[in-house]
Amino acid sequence: MSQLRRPMTGRFKRRRIMDRAMTFAAYACAALAIIPLTWIVIYVFVKGIGVWNARFFTQLPALFEAGGVRNGIFGTLEVVGLSAAIGVPVGVMAGIFLAEYGDNILGGTVRFTADTMTGVPSIVVGLFVYGVVVLNTGGAYSAFAGAVALAILMIPIITRTTEEMIRLVPNSIREASLALGVPRWKTILRVVLPTALSGIVTGVFLSVARVAGETAPLIMTIFGTYYAISKNIFDGPTTTLSLLIYKLGGAPNPEVVKVAWGASLLLILIVLGLSLLARLIFKGEGAKF
Amino acid sequence: MSYLHEISEPVVEVQDLNMYYGAFKALDSVGMKIAKNRITALIGPSGCGKSTFIRGLNRMHETVPGARIEGKVLLDGEDVYAENVDPVRVRRKVGMVFQKPNPFPTMSIYDNVIAGIKLGRRHKKSELDEIVERTLNQAALWGEVKNKLKDSGMSLSGGQQQRLCIARTLAVEPEVILMDEPASALDPISTQKIEDAIQDLKKSYTVVIVTHNMQQASRVSDYTGFFFIEEMGAPGQLWEFGETERIFSNPKRKETEDYVTGRFG
Amino acid sequence: MGEAAWPSLPDCFFIRRGVILNLFKRLRRGNLGDNIFGFVVLLFGVSILVIMAGIVFQLWLQSAPSREKFGWSFLWSTAYDVQRQNYGAGVFIYGTLVTAFIALILAAPVGVGIAAYLVEIAPRRLNRVVGSMVELLAAVPSIVYGLWGFYALNPFLRDYIAPPLQAVLGWLPPFSGEFVGTSVFTASVVLAIMILPTVAAVSRDVLRAVPDAQREAMLALGATRWEMFSRAVLPYAKSGVLGAAILGLGRAAGETMAVTFIIGNNPQIFKSLFGQGATIASEIAAKWQEASGLTLPVLMELGLVLFAITIIINISARLLVMLLVRGPRGGLRA
Repeated sequence: MSQLRRPMTGRFKRRRIMDRAMTFAAYACAALAIIPLTWIVIYVFVKGIGVWNARFFTQLPALFEAGGVRNGIFGTLEVVGLSAAIGVPVGVMAGIFLAEYGDNILGGTVRFTADTMTGVPSIVVGLFVYGVVVLNTGGAYSAFAGAVALAILMIPIITRTTEEMIRLVPNSIREASLALGVPRWKTILRVVLPTALSGIVTGVFLSVARVAGETAPLIMTIFGTYYAISKNIFDGPTTTLSLLIYKLGGAPNPEVVKVAWGASLLLILIVLGLSLLARLIFKGEGAKF
Repeated sequence: MSYLHEISEPVVEVQDLNMYYGAFKALDSVGMKIAKNRITALIGPSGCGKSTFIRGLNRMHETVPGARIEGKVLLDGEDVYAENVDPVRVRRKVGMVFQKPNPFPTMSIYDNVIAGIKLGRRHKKSELDEIVERTLNQAALWGEVKNKLKDSGMSLSGGQQQRLCIARTLAVEPEVILMDEPASALDPISTQKIEDAIQDLKKSYTVVIVTHNMQQASRVSDYTGFFFIEEMGAPGQLWEFGETERIFSNPKRKETEDYVTGRFG
Repeated sequence: MGEAAWPSLPDCFFIRRGVILNLFKRLRRGNLGDNIFGFVVLLFGVSILVIMAGIVFQLWLQSAPSREKFGWSFLWSTAYDVQRQNYGAGVFIYGTLVTAFIALILAAPVGVGIAAYLVEIAPRRLNRVVGSMVELLAAVPSIVYGLWGFYALNPFLRDYIAPPLQAVLGWLPPFSGEFVGTSVFTASVVLAIMILPTVAAVSRDVLRAVPDAQREAMLALGATRWEMFSRAVLPYAKSGVLGAAILGLGRAAGETMAVTFIIGNNPQIFKSLFGQGATIASEIAAKWQEASGLTLPVLMELGLVLFAITIIINISARLLVMLLVRGPRGGLRA
């Protein structure tokens, strides 16, 4: 008599089996996303940790024996730091524009362009900066040129995060300040921005993490070198961890390749560390990946 | 309070039902019998658990994360919450029409109607045609759409969409149809059409309808349940239940009287 | 408050009447600081447009010698002769599109599966873990993917995946031939892993934008969760999921370092996936440091072609996603 509990048969059974199979498939997809990350992180760690010694951090790279990556560490800090110095103000200001003055055709165009810009291949940005900066400074590869390229990659990310974070600030906060007779620009800088700060800083960290691992646009802007990085940021080749990995990783000598693994480990720690830090800073909803 | 004595041959019998959203208790110890081929209206102020209650009858409640339930809901004497009862089977037997019309926007009117039965056994084209015509007729929509069955369901007005949703529910041939304020988002003319359709439905179906509208409850229903919360944050209770005429003319409890006479709500 | 206190600046600047006229009007009427500030942030906003325009202009300018010498036939010519200085983009466009499409075919089902898991199934705590893992997958630098792909994944695919594939599908040209040291196949698999976060994240947003009313409607008809997903959620989200996939395709087409490291940079129209190839991006990266004379403008024109391909892919993808998430049905991220 039981209608609800009668044993599953025929079509109904097939529907249930399909449901289970598809649920399992979704779990499998989630697992499949975890495998490569775990594999890469463990593999790089095992291969790289062995060369982490004093020489690795203090020496210059060598071509026929294990050397160090001192120049790459300094170069990464220099180029990424410079790029943040250029990219963060531009991105934040553009984000303010979109959030506070951007509900119109111009704002829509800028927004759409910024979104599209995140899809421009980084190597294309490298070619652009080569034409604009390197060729205009007498063909000099330089840390500055590299920083400009990385800044261009950062700007759309920072712009869009800043906009989203500012839009989350409730209007009542703005109105409270305006009602006190504070001009709009002061309200934005002193009330709105600080309220949105944690979100904006998160966006900055994420974008810095993304460009810290960039390699392609640096080939045609800072060129790379095995020697100490140039003291003049506007002239002379520099190198970064990522460029050293590219060069040393393809070397025929296994001892040299090991140094590339050590540099990869360092780079991964920097990038993943920045990404995790960004997540820790930002506790709100709507975090992007 | 339990009102189990009034109806002798119920389709649905609810016993001591408690419903929760996480730690919040939304409904406290409800007992109710729902009569076969009759229309049961559930009324009461907002937030008193009427919608939660009917979502408990076809196990839609559990699709909300963190929601849980205690007690029994017997459908033809069988507990729908018993172990190894598949909620999918329960929902085939207890259909539901929602507050806002929700036709499937990518399907034609025709495909919307047969969306549910396509899940079950295979049907011949002629069979499907017959079902579409019959259910759209029952939902009082056939005349308006018979020449544009291939159009998108979204091309219809709000009231038409809701009747399409009713037809879609009928096509599955459930025993019980739950309606969660089906006319609250509609204009008076559409409301009238839906009420007419509901009246016709009780020939072959058992209908439970949640409504805010007292006139609607008194016009269409045979039985009425009044839900009430004593204070904010307290769980909803079934405050009074009985034949609609009695509830509206001679309520036993003061709060029921206050509500049906429009003194609050 | 409201309108009077919050006039949207560019509203009067650009739309209602003339730009200059309104600038002066506002300067006279409004607070000077407000005007300066509004103008400054506007300049920064416009700088994004300037950069985009600059990219097109520079690549066009720098590629002039190549464009003049080869004309439109550059786009389909498969010539690649360093001795005779005769170059075409055909080989590289072919390599770019094939690797990107294979990556997409591998990544799209998994990415949508992850999104479905995150939106329809996962308990909240697990959701966070899987979400973070996918995010971190996006953070791994391209060059590290390259190194790992070359030294770890390539041998694995060569020894464990390629032989069974060849055993079953070996009679098909793409799966025939010898698995050489580095391969198009490995490059495509690495690309698939690299675009997985993009496909998963955008699909997740798109699936979340599907109103719960649609899910409830299907469930109330007696559908299983899979039927609900396949018959109500996916059809509703169709254009957005397609957009997510195309966005992934764009990513894959522009990806450089990992491919450069793995694909072998052998400019040829490869028939077997187990052979070597080259993409536009890998060619630019691999040849830059030895480029001179005509090769420099040639690489610039290759960059221009890559830019055009990725822009077309990206814009169409974004339009598809916007169609769903902003919604013609007025369904804002419900």
